[in-house]
Amino acid sequence: MSTDPTNPDAPRVGVDEWVASHEQRRTERSGLLGVVERELARVPSPAFYLGFGVAAAILPALTTNGYIINVGVNTLLYMLLALGLNITVGYAGLLDLGYVAFYGFAAYGYAMLASPKFGLHWDTLAVIPVVVIATVILGFLVALPSRRLVGDYLAIVTLFFGELFATVYQNGESMSLLGFTKPHDITGGPNGIPNIDQFNVFGSHIQALDYKAYYYVALIFFMVLLFAVYLVDRSRTGRAWRSLREDPLAAELMGMPVNRLKLIAFACGAGIAGVAGTIFAAVNTAVFASEFDFTSGLLIIVYAMLILGGAGSLGGVIIGALVVNVSLEVLRDPGHATWVFYVLIGATLLAKLRPWRWLAVVAAGTVGFGFAVHAIVSSAWPRGVHGTAAVGGALGSGLSHWVILPSNPTTIGNIAFICLVLAVLVLTLLHGWVQKLAMIPTLYLAAFVWENRLVVEPSITRLILVGVILIVLMNARPQGLLGTSRVEIV
Amino acid sequence: MADKLLELRKVSKSFGGLRVISELDLHVDEGEIVSVIGPNGAGKTTLFNLITGLYAPDGGDILFEGTTLLGLEPHEITSRGIARTFQTLRLFLNMTVKENVMAAAYSHTRAGLLRSVLRTPGMRREERGIEQLAEERLAFFGQRLMGYRWNQPAFSLSYANRRRLEIARATATSPRLLLLDEPAAGMNPVETHEIAELIGRLREDGGYTILVIEHDMHVVEGISDRVVALDHGVKIAEGTFDEVATSPRVVEAYLGTKAASTK
Repeated sequence: MSTDPTNPDAPRVGVDEWVASHEQRRTERSGLLGVVERELARVPSPAFYLGFGVAAAILPALTTNGYIINVGVNTLLYMLLALGLNITVGYAGLLDLGYVAFYGFAAYGYAMLASPKFGLHWDTLAVIPVVVIATVILGFLVALPSRRLVGDYLAIVTLFFGELFATVYQNGESMSLLGFTKPHDITGGPNGIPNIDQFNVFGSHIQALDYKAYYYVALIFFMVLLFAVYLVDRSRTGRAWRSLREDPLAAELMGMPVNRLKLIAFACGAGIAGVAGTIFAAVNTAVFASEFDFTSGLLIIVYAMLILGGAGSLGGVIIGALVVNVSLEVLRDPGHATWVFYVLIGATLLAKLRPWRWLAVVAAGTVGFGFAVHAIVSSAWPRGVHGTAAVGGALGSGLSHWVILPSNPTTIGNIAFICLVLAVLVLTLLHGWVQKLAMIPTLYLAAFVWENRLVVEPSITRLILVGVILIVLMNARPQGLLGTSRVEIV
Repeated sequence: MADKLLELRKVSKSFGGLRVISELDLHVDEGEIVSVIGPNGAGKTTLFNLITGLYAPDGGDILFEGTTLLGLEPHEITSRGIARTFQTLRLFLNMTVKENVMAAAYSHTRAGLLRSVLRTPGMRREERGIEQLAEERLAFFGQRLMGYRWNQPAFSLSYANRRRLEIARATATSPRLLLLDEPAAGMNPVETHEIAELIGRLREDGGYTILVIEHDMHVVEGISDRVVALDHGVKIAEGTFDEVATSPRVVEAYLGTKAASTK
């Protein structure tokens, strides 16, 4: 059964027309965009990470605004958290919903070893290794009973562990060992642990509230760990993690010890969360268990960052944490939030409404509808237009002539909010020109609800808006901003 | 007679009340190509799952190079020198073609996390070795898995190329024994012909001993030193292709009792 070289028609191993002519079939984007795309593809990814590091290092030199630096520290802590989660979830594909507990465990670990709580004031160079190693061991211990679990089952077990951690620390002000010992105050219970030491190395320490110093500490840790994770990803361990995410059974049968790899992935993720936890404790000078439980929303925010950036992508960790945390901060201010709200609606209409004439009809219709409603209400019920818009400037004065602003908007705003939700749901059921026309009052209702109700509750609204941003972005790019689209079954 | 590389002694396996493999004796000698045939449900894939440690047998013993495989984890069995492909392809679809093969070098490489981060000279040498191994294994398939394909995700490959990649991945574990589960399934006649030739080359050039499950009788006839026929988990015939193909019990298993009696 060997090939006959004298007979050209006989099949030859590995040679066919398709292979021979593949070069002509490669499709590439033409024009300037194509050139940029090809050039960018040639830059190795560490160059981008380094670029981010340099840009981030310059930032404190460009601003003296303490608030921006403070947000920067938080963003870097989020990046560290997302980086650790990227190993467990992004590479190894293990849905770890107890992840935040490792962060909290390390924060409490730092607090216990460097605060008046137990009179311990260790050197930071000693605390960080001890706490991080303890967190890694905790990661192992959590993973041990979970290593046979996958998917939803692993998620629910780890979620339970996360809540267990928060509950124990929340009630740890009088703990005894199974009733054999006298109760001791270990965690400070709901009062947490206050007066935590600043980072101190050989006697010299960072001044309290010196966010710039912590910014650089967090940045250095992040950059070092980012490159470490990058190198591990490009090693046999990284390949094995990604293999087990793709198909654990095939990975096991190709010689990879799947159970051990899962433990290592868990422990590595926990260790990075541990580093972030120690910095968190020192920056905030106090830790409370409630900051780490499910209702704090921390877990969801870190997952949102990872998924938005693209799970399994290191650049995505940076971009995801930046976009989500900076959005959350920008949206604290009602004026900014208003701009974001209208720009978001405008951009969505611009992207989704086709053909263009319908865009013009809806835009003009909404504006006209608004002025008409405003005119009717101001003559029939003068108190209905006495309020003021939340945002100042041209947008604010324009809005106050367009949208109805009752002087006491709470009740009517609440009702309108429910009507808005119903209207949006109805909108999805309609088709064709009916849907386009129904958009006009719905958009106006949205503006009404925003100006009268949502804008006065920024703490809630910003979460809603970030949620909407996530939905829009994830619909546009399901694999995340920098993720590669994954194929499950072909 | 050459040494027995793999030996099954009275191996049995039941699922619930169903006996899938029943007191099966089987051996594969060093350098041999043995084919396992049998109707669907005969227990062929279960046999592979038993050898690779996915299932533990209810009774009997499985020996590889004279030592038992019982109680070993599947990845330990692989590192002893047994690699397999899957009837239903199980590639790492979202990894590149080259990475698929490189990942399978795990069991005979050593570098840990610390050495990977520090990129020690030893680790870099090992990494170069892994890459070289992958390129070599892929080159085994001529041009089909070469060049630009190395950096393409595995899901972009055609069905036939996926089957080839599975074989390349299995050989990257540096096995002595290859278990191929229906390598020609879903292939067109030209590709089937090529697979048959490839299996021969795997033995000649690669030096692997091969146990193969195959339904295509032309392939079985072309490659096998010995054929084992299974039905309902029992070995019903063993010998050269001609001996097995003419065995009344084999004809009966495939075509029913009537066909066998008129033969």
